Amino acid sequence: MAFSGRRMLAELKVHARGNIRSREGFFFTLIFPIILILLFGAIFAGGGVSQATVYVQNLDAGPASVSFIQALNATSSDCSPSATTGLCLRPVPADQNFSQYLSSRSAADGIIIPQGFSSAFQADQKVNVTVFQNPSSTTSQVVYGIVSEVVNGFNQYGATGVHSVGIEPRTVVGSEYKYIDFLIPGLVGFSALTSPMFALVNISSTYRRDKVFKLLSLTPLTKTEWLVSKIIWYVGTTVLSFILMTVVGIYVFGAHIAFTWGIGIFLVVGPFFFVSLGMLVGTVSNSPESAAVVGNLVTFPMMFLSGTFFPVSSMPVYLQHIAHVLPLYYMIDGLNNVMIYENYGPGLFDAGLLIVISIVVFALAVRFFRWRED
Amino acid sequence: MSAIEVAGLEKSYGQLRAVGGVSFSVRKGEVFSLLGPNGAGKTTTIEILEGLRRQDGGTARVLGLDPWHKGYELHERIGVIPQGFKFLDYPTPREAIAYYAALFNRRVEPDEMLRRVILEDAANVWFQNLSGGQKQKLGMALSLVNDPEVVFLDEPTTGLDPQARRAVWEVIRKLKNEGRTVMLTTHYLEEAEELADRVAIMNHGKIVAMGTTGEIESKFGSGQKMMVKAKDDLLTYLRENTKLQVEGEAGTVTIRLRDKDDALVALGAIEESGTDWGDLNVKRDSLEDVFLRLVGEEGREEGTE
Repeated sequence: MAFSGRRMLAELKVHARGNIRSREGFFFTLIFPIILILLFGAIFAGGGVSQATVYVQNLDAGPASVSFIQALNATSSDCSPSATTGLCLRPVPADQNFSQYLSSRSAADGIIIPQGFSSAFQADQKVNVTVFQNPSSTTSQVVYGIVSEVVNGFNQYGATGVHSVGIEPRTVVGSEYKYIDFLIPGLVGFSALTSPMFALVNISSTYRRDKVFKLLSLTPLTKTEWLVSKIIWYVGTTVLSFILMTVVGIYVFGAHIAFTWGIGIFLVVGPFFFVSLGMLVGTVSNSPESAAVVGNLVTFPMMFLSGTFFPVSSMPVYLQHIAHVLPLYYMIDGLNNVMIYENYGPGLFDAGLLIVISIVVFALAVRFFRWRED
Repeated sequence: MSAIEVAGLEKSYGQLRAVGGVSFSVRKGEVFSLLGPNGAGKTTTIEILEGLRRQDGGTARVLGLDPWHKGYELHERIGVIPQGFKFLDYPTPREAIAYYAALFNRRVEPDEMLRRVILEDAANVWFQNLSGGQKQKLGMALSLVNDPEVVFLDEPTTGLDPQARRAVWEVIRKLKNEGRTVMLTTHYLEEAEELADRVAIMNHGKIVAMGTTGEIESKFGSGQKMMVKAKDDLLTYLRENTKLQVEGEAGTVTIRLRDKDDALVALGAIEESGTDWGDLNVKRDSLEDVFLRLVGEEGREEGTE
């Protein structure tokens, strides 16, 4: 049976109409994204944590830089997942581009000890350590505070007591960012996850119970056309959520967003994946009730562990490992890369990975999804 | 030529044998009804013919096509209302017809379709707000969008009030007048009697009787019976003094009449009994009587509503 755009359009129209007419559909498509961004934007405007992972690159070979790192180490925790205070220092090899190194790890905080630090310090010449910060991150203020204390102490115990060491603050991407900037990709990902997942899990199980699929199987509409029309609809709603959230983000919270072409990839691939996954979950479940349970089991861990509301880098290491197997992580990480860091290499990796697993899950959904019974 | 040909059809669900060797054929332009209690195998049979289920054994041909393997081709030529027809909540009947027309790539005037199924009044009401009868009528309209040669109606009036039921019957009569073949499953005897040219009575996955209602009544009925309003003393008198087959229930004595002599003997004996009697009637077994005899008491609750 040839793929028909006309049939798909008819299916898209009837689904769109239903969504617009149903109060739930209207709420989740238009109102919910705005509530999310207002709520979380307000909640996370302040607050903080006192434990932070800090990447340190020592470009100096002298004894002063070693002492400086030891002084920092004295404030450090053991980097264990349970640690809640202090700095967790992670060394960065001298030959690495530090900015890229931080970006590729979605990391917020880092310190560079410049070349010639020791000789300058010993000669009482002014020398600055560079502290990379992400103003949107709740850890950056903590890091800056601790480094300031170490610098003060270091200066007092220096050769002459002259305050020769200073701090040169830099943001991770070279311009001023706020937490809201990093919240928007998370919430766009959240929207791309929840709306199609909940809808498709529900549709696929209730349509089977109510024999709507049987009815459709008696028409020329194919399963693939049906599923593709759903993907198109949820790409549309995700784009709409993105627009609503960025407009609110920019005008209410003063967000800075890089509108790059890479965003488009994720706004398409994300719903593509989650529509397919929702369909698969609904298809393999026996009843609408069990589909809802399985759907929640799949959705909720992704919702909270993929960097939606909290940066993955601020989570304990074992949770970071879990995050790295969740597909939503790659959508949010990818959006962060293209919207915030403008870091296309890792962004394309995220997109590529998502495209591959989306194709696999889509194929599985079409394979297992049955109009009729044997 | 037959529109539907079924031979030795079998279907089991695990240990349950839903259809066990069913054979029949339906002529073009005929209204054929499968009648039987719930669980008789009617829906399984009709769903196999619609291409919704695959049979375990036997053959099924609709318009010469194997329904399971030639489903897409067949669905262009048949119309179906599944049992308990449900649709999406939000389209109006007019929109639903336009949607189906687009799926089938047919030029259809929705208002004309609504007129055919007598649903013009509810053209712009969301499906979820339609009454049961209106929903069934929309199902009819959708099943007709592709101008089908054969229409399958699986219990189209179950749960409807008498008025809505008669409106649906009116539409089915129109389908017959248009020359379409109609296959109808029902557990309402009255419906089969009103609409069907031929009836097959199904029970426990098998056809137990088939033909026109008249043929079934005369073949499976027990002939004529005389019914007299009387007390039990007449029943006792007839049992003790005649060889007639008599039954008594709720103040009525029923005498089976095997021939004319039985009628004369009965009348004489009633007069001789000297008991108090009144309201004498003679009638043939109805389809309901035959149905109850064939499917047993289990079919009474479901089959005689």
